[in-house]
Amino acid sequence: MAGGAQKGGRPFAFTNARLVDPESGYDGPGALVVAKGVIADVAQGRSLGKLSADLQVIDCNGAMLAPGLIDLRVKTGEPGSEPKETLKSASRAAAAGGVTSIVVQPDTNPVVDDPSVVDFILRRARDIEGVHVYPAGAVTKGLKGEHLAELGLMRDAGCVYVTDVDHPIVDSQVLRRAMSYANAFGLVVAHRPADPWLTKGAAATEGELAGRLGLPAGPAIAERIMLDRDLALAELTGARLLVDQITTAESLKSLARAKAAGVLAQATASINHLSFNEIDIGDYRTFARLEPPLRCEDDRQALIDALADGLIEIVVSAHAPAPAEDKRLPFEEAAPGAVGLETLLAALLAFHHDERVPLLTLIKAVTLAPARLLGLRAGRLSAGAPADLVLCDLNAPVIIDADKLLSKSKNSPFDGRRLQGQVLMTLVDGRIVHRLQE
Amino acid sequence: MTSLALGLDDVRARTFPFPHRHFLSAADLNVIQATDLLDLADGFVDLSRQTSKKLDLLKGRTMMNLFFENSTRTLSSFELAGKRLGADVVNMNPRNSSVTKGETLIDTAVTLNAMRPDLLVVRHSSSGAASLLSQKVGCSVINAGDGRHEHPTQALLDALSMRRAFGHISGLTVAICGDVMHSRVARSNVSLLGALGAHVRLVGPPTLMPAGADRWGAEVHTDLRKGIAGADVVMMLRLQLERMQGALVPSTREYFRFWGLDREKLASAAPGVRVMHPGPMNRGVEIDSEVADDPTISLIQDQVEMGVAARMAVLASLAARLDNL
Repeated sequence: MAGGAQKGGRPFAFTNARLVDPESGYDGPGALVVAKGVIADVAQGRSLGKLSADLQVIDCNGAMLAPGLIDLRVKTGEPGSEPKETLKSASRAAAAGGVTSIVVQPDTNPVVDDPSVVDFILRRARDIEGVHVYPAGAVTKGLKGEHLAELGLMRDAGCVYVTDVDHPIVDSQVLRRAMSYANAFGLVVAHRPADPWLTKGAAATEGELAGRLGLPAGPAIAERIMLDRDLALAELTGARLLVDQITTAESLKSLARAKAAGVLAQATASINHLSFNEIDIGDYRTFARLEPPLRCEDDRQALIDALADGLIEIVVSAHAPAPAEDKRLPFEEAAPGAVGLETLLAALLAFHHDERVPLLTLIKAVTLAPARLLGLRAGRLSAGAPADLVLCDLNAPVIIDADKLLSKSKNSPFDGRRLQGQVLMTLVDGRIVHRLQE
Repeated sequence: MTSLALGLDDVRARTFPFPHRHFLSAADLNVIQATDLLDLADGFVDLSRQTSKKLDLLKGRTMMNLFFENSTRTLSSFELAGKRLGADVVNMNPRNSSVTKGETLIDTAVTLNAMRPDLLVVRHSSSGAASLLSQKVGCSVINAGDGRHEHPTQALLDALSMRRAFGHISGLTVAICGDVMHSRVARSNVSLLGALGAHVRLVGPPTLMPAGADRWGAEVHTDLRKGIAGADVVMMLRLQLERMQGALVPSTREYFRFWGLDREKLASAAPGVRVMHPGPMNRGVEIDSEVADDPTISLIQDQVEMGVAARMAVLASLAARLDNL
């Protein structure tokens, strides 16, 4: 089994599948052939005809065959904090979750603000032979928000977009120039809006709950305040902006207005903010300590609606490994973030099972939409596209057990959650990188 | 209650034995448990006024005071409470050790736990610290203040002082005034006094009032005169002087002018009003000495005395439960 259909190796045929292809908008029965690392043939609602004898046939029994997931926001600990997570362990976790491409964030040690670090990550990723790893570069040197990093050189080295991750760029002139400059190289700037003064020291969202728990908190509006500026700068520069993890209903209104006015902005939502609200903090559960912090239920509902109607185009895992010693602390001292690569698909499918969001829309938000943003050929089921695929039993019940996650850090807020959706097999360039062990 | 003869069996024989293993939060107490603790504490007040103040309820028990934050009165109060009940009391001062902030709590707790204490009294600057610690140790944990979250024994001693002054708590109007946002005392008092049937008001500058405080079951006021109008008890909170930074309050003199309690402002309260303060006081900032030192108005010294009795009640209740395990 190992290796599977290597390039030029033995081709596969997936039969009896439920094909879900966001590009053609097809969700129905079909079959698909993989050869030489790419999708060779797609049969939507028809049979493949006569199969050649050397074809290895996999009967999907009606399971969903979809493009592998593309996760735009993944943190590992490599380089610099390998005990948290390595590119290898993140890759294994991704494969187990049906994620075939990850974009790793530049807030490592050293920071990815230099083409040599981009190159280092790409070479490490090649050695692992796991899922596709794409580095995102820093917008500013050292994520300090002052001087531009070498955006052009980093792009040439292989970085796919630029972001200062969890360090909002406060100086409007710096962000404006970064957007103009990056745009000339076709690079999207991703920016997570959070007014730094309103959110200084905050570990939760201001409100009745945070007040009662006595947690330092910032108001939800801190996001919209900076988002409005970011959108205005996108308008000014004509550059594309990726709003990194939109979380509030107020921000969504701003985004809708800007998009209607023709601003080139797209937004991601994290699976955590789609799945949890501030009440999940409960008795100071540090696994629910996130950045941005969890919001109120009205905000969560608004996010789900925005995902359904296309205002939010992309969903990310916001995978942020933190080992036990960084989480087993008083809430406000604990490291923010949650691992999510392995739970992303099943958690997302909850909205399909609840009949809140159509399956095609959900799949598109983690395949075709991020692929288009990055200019990748992946993310679709069409002949010639890379054979990055996930086979998933949509209805299989799963109980998330954080201890069994492949990620080196086990900080999953989904621990103990009952979800539906079991990844059966994951392929990257036609190689089987994960297969469910019976 | 005959306090001299009080033994563990008497504590245990009460109708409603204390159901919790830890004492973490006033919000965990219902009216029956709170009343029961107050009854028990009443007996300990009498005991503490005798020449011989010692009982052997906690004989053979080890109690550790683990204070990550500075404290003189709470620490001494717990120490006395433990000693009067016959426990062996050890005070740990982890701030003097070399470990850094993050590691201290769990690492120290696990180390201390190995020394097999029966009762661990914890004060820490982070909200939720006592709760976190209670999940990692085998003994009973008592929260002596966690960040801005709770200070439940303070609420208990405040309730005891009020009940002894008025004979009841239900129906009293209590105005808690000042820096509510950073106050664990305020949060614990809102919970406990609410459970005991008092009408609670929160009064303070809007910058020091936490968002959503109006949904805690208390009335929120920004005007001190209106906030204390008709109040039976006015509880002033300490204003940390570092609040002058960060645009919370312009100056101490402006604060005193609008939110400091003096005799003139107190005139709008109910006749027979009593004034409280958890201490230590900033005289001339949140409270005028004339009010603080007037024995016909001030309950501040009573609060200190009640502190020992209230803590004895908590320790005895937890110990009675320990024996049953």
